[in-house]
Formats: sequence, C-alpha cells, structure tokens
Amino acid sequence: MATGVQRANQVTLADLKGRVDPDWCPGCGDFGVLAAIQKGLVELQIPNHNVVAISGIGCSSNLPGFINTYGMHTLHGRALAVATGLKLANHDLTVLVTGGDGDGFGIGGNHFVHTMRRNVDLLYIVMDNQIYGLTTGQTSPTSRIGMKTKSMPFGNIEAPVNPMSLALAAGATFVARGFSGDQKHLTDLIKRGIEHKGFSFLDVFSPCVTYNHDNTYQWYRPRVKKLEDDPTYDATDWTAAMEKSLLWGDEIPIGRFFERTDVPTLHGAEPVLNEGPLVHGDLRVPPDAARAFIEELM
Amino acid sequence: MKQTFAIAIGGAAGQGVATPGDIFAKIFSRRGLTLNAYNAYQSIIRGGHTLLTIRTGPEPVTNMGDRIDLLIPLNQDTMDRHLKLLTSGASCLYNADTIKPGVAADGVQLCPLPVSELADISRNKVAQNTLAIGAGLHMMGIGFPALEEVLREQFKKKGESVVAENIGVARAGYDYAARHFTAFPNPLPKTEKRYAVLSGNIAMAMGGAAAGVKFYCAYPMSPSTGVLHWMAAHARKAGIMVRQVEDEIGVINMAIGAAHAGVRAMCATSGGGFALMSEGLGMSAMIETPVVVIDCQRAGPSTGVPTKTEQGDLWQMLGAAFGDYPRVIAAPLDIADCFKLIPEMFNLVDRFQCPGLVLCDLLLSEGRLGVDPEDLDFNPVIDRGELITSVNGNGASDVIATNGGYKRYRITESGISPRAVPGVPGHIHTAATDEHMEDGVLISDEFTNPIKRRAMMEKRMRKVAGIEAAVAPPKLRGPRDAEVTLIGWGSTKGVIEEACEILNEQGICANQLQIRWLVPLHGEAILELLRNARHTIIVENNYSGQFARYLRSETSFVPDGNIRKYDGEPFMPHHIVEAVKEQLGGKTNLSVPVHEIMV
Repeated sequence: MATGVQRANQVTLADLKGRVDPDWCPGCGDFGVLAAIQKGLVELQIPNHNVVAISGIGCSSNLPGFINTYGMHTLHGRALAVATGLKLANHDLTVLVTGGDGDGFGIGGNHFVHTMRRNVDLLYIVMDNQIYGLTTGQTSPTSRIGMKTKSMPFGNIEAPVNPMSLALAAGATFVARGFSGDQKHLTDLIKRGIEHKGFSFLDVFSPCVTYNHDNTYQWYRPRVKKLEDDPTYDATDWTAAMEKSLLWGDEIPIGRFFERTDVPTLHGAEPVLNEGPLVHGDLRVPPDAARAFIEELM
Repeated sequence: MKQTFAIAIGGAAGQGVATPGDIFAKIFSRRGLTLNAYNAYQSIIRGGHTLLTIRTGPEPVTNMGDRIDLLIPLNQDTMDRHLKLLTSGASCLYNADTIKPGVAADGVQLCPLPVSELADISRNKVAQNTLAIGAGLHMMGIGFPALEEVLREQFKKKGESVVAENIGVARAGYDYAARHFTAFPNPLPKTEKRYAVLSGNIAMAMGGAAAGVKFYCAYPMSPSTGVLHWMAAHARKAGIMVRQVEDEIGVINMAIGAAHAGVRAMCATSGGGFALMSEGLGMSAMIETPVVVIDCQRAGPSTGVPTKTEQGDLWQMLGAAFGDYPRVIAAPLDIADCFKLIPEMFNLVDRFQCPGLVLCDLLLSEGRLGVDPEDLDFNPVIDRGELITSVNGNGASDVIATNGGYKRYRITESGISPRAVPGVPGHIHTAATDEHMEDGVLISDEFTNPIKRRAMMEKRMRKVAGIEAAVAPPKLRGPRDAEVTLIGWGSTKGVIEEACEILNEQGICANQLQIRWLVPLHGEAILELLRNARHTIIVENNYSGQFARYLRSETSFVPDGNIRKYDGEPFMPHHIVEAVKEQLGGKTNLSVPVHEIMV
C-alpha cells in the first residue's frame, strides 16, 4: 500500500483515539487488533486525515467508529466494494478495510475473491473469530466441523472455508495471518500490509470470548507458530505458502505467508489515473474530446 | 400529417440488418433529415428475427410511426411476417433468388432484385443487402454520391478493393432500380441542418461525461449495456475510470465508495440489477453520499423479455430500499433528454446528498434519434453543492472551524450538512449506515436515543422540500380546454405528442401532460392542471397502470380511462388514437392495443 503512504511528523497514539471507546465485550480479541492498527499507523507516521478505515457490519466492523481516522461503516459484506471505489477515486489515501469472518467470507465472499484478483491497493484485516457475534452466536463460514452454535445446535456439518488458501488461489499479493494475543507480531504484519503495494490480506485470530468457547486464547496460544521463526521459510514461494495454509491442528502457522511485488496495483494499471487522483482532476471533458465524441455520431 | 418516410429492414440476427440501417441513418442525417430508429430483436446472437425500423423526415420524428413505406426483407421469414403490413404506395425490395413474395395489398409495389445476376455472390456474402441499399436509395430520389461517401467510410479499413467492390454492387442496385422500379412520388427532401444520430444509452453516457462523472461502473445487463460500452470506449479521452464489476451489489457499493471520495459516480443497469442495488441506495441516503443510478427498464418480471421495452419498474424505484429517505427519480422524455437529464440529476443529488434514479427504458436506451448537436452541451451548469475538498479552497471549512469543530451531519434548516471528503485535514468523521449523531457517532448500538433519532430523521427528510422547490412542475402541452387530456411519463412523450396531432387533425382536440420528474411529483400542480380537464386518459407501457396508481396515491386523482400496453413493444401513434376514440365513444375505460407487427 506504499503509494498512499504520506509521512508526517508527530502522529501519536492520542491522535488516533476515537470519539467513543469500543463497546466490545471485555476480553474481545478485537481490542488487540484496534490497538495494533493504531500502533502501526503511529510507527509509520501516516497522518490520520489521509487514512480511511472502511468496514461492513458486525462486532468487528464497528472498528471505524473507535479510531480517529476518516471512516466508513458500510453494509454487511460490502466494505471491499466500497473501498475499491474510494481507492480508485483517490489513490493518495491509505485504505484499511476491517471486518469479520461472516462479513468477509460469507455475505461478502464474492467481493473478497474479486478484490484480490484486481490487486486493489489496500489492507484488508479480518478479525476471524469463527462465529457470528453481533447476532448472538451462529455458525460462521470459518466455524470448524462439529462446532455447536445456536444455528447448528447439533454441530456444524459444513466444511469451513480456508481463508488463507482462498486468498492465495484468488491472487492476493500479500497474504498473512496474525493473532490478537501477539500484539508486537500483529503490529508488524499490519505495517507490512500497509506498505505492500497491492491487496494485502491479513486474517487475524481474534477470539470471541462470549460465543466461541472452542477457539479461545488458551486454545490458540500453544498452537500458533510464527513463520518468521523459521529461517528457511521463503514468503515469495507461492507453493510453500499454499502448503502452510493447509496446516491446522496442533500447529497453526501465523505470520507473512506470501508476498509478491511484481503485480501492478489496479490504480497503477489504469492510465486514466496517470495525471493523479480522480478527485483532484478537472470535471470538464477537454473541448476537443467533446467535439470528437459528437463528430463520430454524425 | 407529418411528412415522413419509414424503412423496415428485417432478417435473422447475424444476417447484417444493422449495417444497412447504419448506412441509411447516416445518409438521412447528412441530408439534414431527422430520424428515429427502433430495432425489434431477441436475445439471440445468430438466428431469430430482427426488424429495424428507421423513420425519417424534415421535421422532428419522435417515434416509429404507423406506416412502413419500404420493406427490405433479408429472408423469407421477414417477407412472410411483414408484407401484409404494407399499404398502398409502399414497396418491398427483396432477393428474387431466395425469397418468394406473398400476396401484397393493392397499390404495393413488389421489387424483386436478381441478386446473382447483379453481383458475384460467391465473393460478396451480403451482396443482397448492398444491392437493396442502392435500389432503395434510387427509389427515395437520393443521388448516388451520398451512398458512395458513406460506403467509402464504412469499408475504408478493409482496403480500396473492398470499397470499390461495395460501391460497384450498390451502383448495380441503384441502376437496376432506375430501369425496373417506380420511385416514390416525393423524393426525400434536403435541409441545411445536421444531426448527430445516437441511442439513449450513448446519450446518457455522454450526459454523464458532460456532468463531470469521473467514475462509472456496471455489470453487463440488457438493455443498459450500451452505457458501459460508450463509457469504456471513451474513458481515457474523457478522463473517466470505468470498471466492470462482479455483480450489481458490487457496482452500487463501488460507485458509492468513489462518490464518497468526492467524485461524481454513476452506474446503469436494468430491473434485475437494480433489485440487487436496493440496499446500496439506502446506504447512499443514510451516509448522505450522492450517487446516480440509471435503470433501463425491460419487460419483467424476473429475466422477463430482455430485449423488449416496458415501463414496469416505477414501483420498484419508489420502494427501493427500506426506510424513509429522500431520493430523486426522473424519466427522460426522449433521447436528447437522456443527455440533458444527467447533469441536472447530478446537480440535484450533489446539492441534496441523496441517491438519484434515472428511469429510462429499452425504447430510449436502444432506440436511435437524430439530435441537434447543439443539444449535446458539454458545458452544462455544474453545482456540486456544499462540498468541502482539500483542493477547492471552499470557504465553508473556515466557517465550520470557528464554529467549534466539524460535524458531518450537522442539523440544519435545509437538512443539508456541508460534506467533507476523506483527505481533508480537520474534518475527520466516520460515515455510518447505522443511525448516528451530528458528529457521525452511532446512536444505534450502545445507547439508542429516540430524541436524537427523530432529529436525524427529520434533518434528512427536510431535504425533500428543498428538492421539490428545485424542480419545475410539469406543464400542459396544447389547448387548455381540450376534449381529451393524455397523461404519460418518460419515453412515451413522442408517440403521445404525435397521437395528439393526429387527433387534432381528425377534429378531436387533445392535449398532453408528460411527466419527467416522478419524485418530486408536484402533485398539487398536477391536480391544478387536471382539475378542469374534460376527459383524462393515462397512457403507459405496463400492465397495472403503475403511474396511474402512483398518481392516485399521491393526489387521489383517478383518470377517466387508461391505455396500457405490456406486450414488450412500444406504442404506435394509431394505437393511442384508436383507443382514445374508443374511450370517448364510451365503449371502455381501459384499452390494451394489439401490436400488429409480429417481432
């Protein structure tokens, strides 16, 4: 996302504190994600008026209201489509899209796939808690088989989506996974995702302490293994990333799975934007072009 | 009666109906004649039956009319279907090698062309079409150079030998007609005017470009796809970002995202795609980010008849998205208006920060009209309303700063709150689809607040009065004390106008009330106009009388009668004329004219 990054002096955590405090349940994983985003923006020193946080609907999608940047709290599942339009209209802005697993992989699944293949230059953070929280505990697209919820009281019989494999297959140019319980590592991934030129996907294990009693902090802690701790792991190797994406169980990899920098961003590939962001351009069609448009009809 | 001349060219899809149509259209418009073209076709790439009607004349021609003067059937099917439509004075030009004529009415001239004698059909697969163009031109009394010029342009990319070949074949047809066929009694006139020939889709796309649209996105859907095609082909010269999106849900959300960043954003679709956009319109209204959506109506419900026209989406528009919110809905009256309406719509939605819906239909979207190029004004008034951007130095930001902090949804008398776009320092806020306070903070979650909810609802809805004041009420066309008043909306303007002219010639004084702005409707003004009307009839292209029901719901007005058509084809003037007579004679108060052209 480096094109949009504008560095300035003196961006502090206080600048990024939202007008209201988060209303998430005490202990919710999303607090850790919000804090890591704020830290990442401070460390990158991006002025808050040049950042737009865009979300869909759900517990985690309330995040734009809790951070002092420009924000859009859109419709359930539609944040990526809105973000694509916004980024194309003003590619100088740093765009963060935040939401949950139901929002992104369920109702928004179509936009998820297409935004990745377009390589829209933004960071998409999914606070993945494997449950629908705001609707009080139903099965989500990432709920594991057997998980009992209000909507599947006898246990889920549908295979979960694998966001990491899906992102790799759909052509995401930056694919990473974090854990809300590891702030420093998560902050680092957010920074790298913002700096990546292209679509950055960051799936974050963000435990729901109220409705998901299977995938808790205690469940994750012994399982998550940082890819960064393995010196032989090569994040430019797509096949290796795909193999890592399939691991689940006693060992669950987190970290930067994959990154490639040779694919143009959507806004970079479009010559109409050569003159700069659309929002700063002249509204009028050049007179000679207008004349030619009419002439071809005569 | 208007002096017009109508050609109908029919054949299977893929047989090359479009090219002769384009050639005739060019010749007519360069002769200073206006024209209206309507193509009846089906959802098939090869095969089926296509009938293109081009009606031309020195005065404005607004619809396909009632009469075919020259029929050019390119296959037997077309001959069998349409020869019977021809009446005395008309002619039929056809390939004598492959097509057998049926029985023609008295006074109809059958003009067989011995195609294999006149052209080398092994070399030129569409020789019959080119011969017919040449022959037809002679019969209309137009000199050959007009055709030669157009053929040169048409084929120049294919090289001089192809140009020469086609001119040779056309000449053979022209000369053959001179020797064997009787020309039409009145040669087509010539005027000093010049016309641009364009479809409603091109007009709306160009109108968007003129309005300063910088972002256009769409999912292909007939009959709206022409807007996407023009936008895509001209995007780079016009400086417009054009995207094809995965579905219409993505389309509306992407357009709103772009609009929220501060550009003018537009999208077009048809009824099915519009249904998917519904939730997005609510977002546009709630976050107060303006967007313009075009719905090119086709015959529904569901997939319906994708290539046929209807005015069946009015209630979908009126009811799109849940909850109450300000919106603007307008139906362009003709193809020139398709252009003109878009900048007007953008000025309104920018001022009032709400969604704007353009209710077009297949008849205008895919029909073509000769339009005075002066009417395609690329310098319309652009009013972006109370918009604060980092680049325009809008003084509004200073005022707000001294008033103690920016509130995106500030409660004002007009309901309009100055809109800052992301990137402007000092104006940070979150735009939320949840109900929110003046500063954008949600009131929907932790502590809902009935007082604040009511205040925000009233703030948004106050814009309705402003919108109404910004739009002129409709006017009656024709004598006030007419015997019958015909009420229509949108694309039926031209055909109702012509029906009124015919009725007046036949001694029945008729006037017309054509509605362009559906929301705001100006119900009081309409009631005032209709109060003293002697006999009122609503004319519309749908089954249930959607406009009649809407007018009644807004004004309690019930017309004396209705004329409705829902067979997929547009009204012809005589449909309306005959129905009016039937209703004035007291035979019925609901007429459903039968479309006699089998397409």
